[in-house]
Amino acid sequence: MKITLNGKEILVGNPLSIVALLAEHDLDSTRVAVELNREVICANAFATTLLSDGDSLEIIHFVGGG
Amino acid sequence: MNIRLNEQLIATTATTLFALRDAHQPDADVLIVNGFPVRADQPLGEGDQVVLIKRGAVPDAAEMEALLTARHTPGVHQRIKSATVGIAGAGGLGSAIAIALARCGIGRLIIADFDVVEPSNLNRQQYFIDQLGLPKVDALRANLQRINPFVKVAAFYGRLDHENLPQVFAMADVLVEAFDAPDQKAMLVENWRKAHPERPLVAASGMAGFGTANTIATRRVGENFYLVGDETTAAAAGCGLMAPRVGVAAHHQANAVLRLLLGADPVGDNHG
Repeated sequence: MKITLNGKEILVGNPLSIVALLAEHDLDSTRVAVELNREVICANAFATTLLSDGDSLEIIHFVGGG
Repeated sequence: MNIRLNEQLIATTATTLFALRDAHQPDADVLIVNGFPVRADQPLGEGDQVVLIKRGAVPDAAEMEALLTARHTPGVHQRIKSATVGIAGAGGLGSAIAIALARCGIGRLIIADFDVVEPSNLNRQQYFIDQLGLPKVDALRANLQRINPFVKVAAFYGRLDHENLPQVFAMADVLVEAFDAPDQKAMLVENWRKAHPERPLVAASGMAGFGTANTIATRRVGENFYLVGDETTAAAAGCGLMAPRVGVAAHHQANAVLRLLLGADPVGDNHG
């Protein structure tokens, strides 16, 4: 299926959870903020939230420093 | 003759600097005419700008407000003054953001941090060597009071978490994420976006090292959510946090806040 990740269209397998997508991209799930179709997804829902064809996803991966 | 005295336009019959001083502020010992300090008396002309200062005297709230109102475009100061901004974290980002906003004359700041000032902080954080060991929120409040005693500062000394975060920043019109740890940044973003999607959030990620400052930018992530930084350069061994880039990121954040309060798009080119 096709999803839009941070503004770019990509092809991904189906089914795919947010936690699996994060793992595919080597992203630490404790350091990300995720918005799916403009809706905030809480970290405790990453494993149970499945993506659908056409979804638009914004993932912010925070790095340390401040 | 009309002249601008201490940022206020006044009509005066005084034709010389000393006459003006004697009429308005006889104890002034620093006299500035059109931007230059002067010692001798001199004639004044229409439209001259004069500032009279008594060394060591602190302006009262009304005088301070007049100074800021005059400095800012009309209408701007009122909006800044009525705003409350929350700043989560009082380290390199938070201390600089708080100072920038206090200098702008922000009405209220809510600052929160669990840390004390350590020697290693002084390379980039807005504290002084005689403040080592003080809780950062206390040291920052003291520094803000020295800059603008009329900014109201509420301080929370402790760790922010999912439970207390919405309460600590309940009054904030805009929240600034100024943490150091990436998991804390993520926690705050999730929490605030859920609790107050209608209230803007300005977060930061990626400002370590001494690479070019031009990669630090402000971007809009989503509705009411802005992110500052290069988004890649983490603090690490060999790539420490340093005053210039952290300061650039902090002031991007402060400017985004200012623009939001003035009804301007933080990433647009309008001037509000």
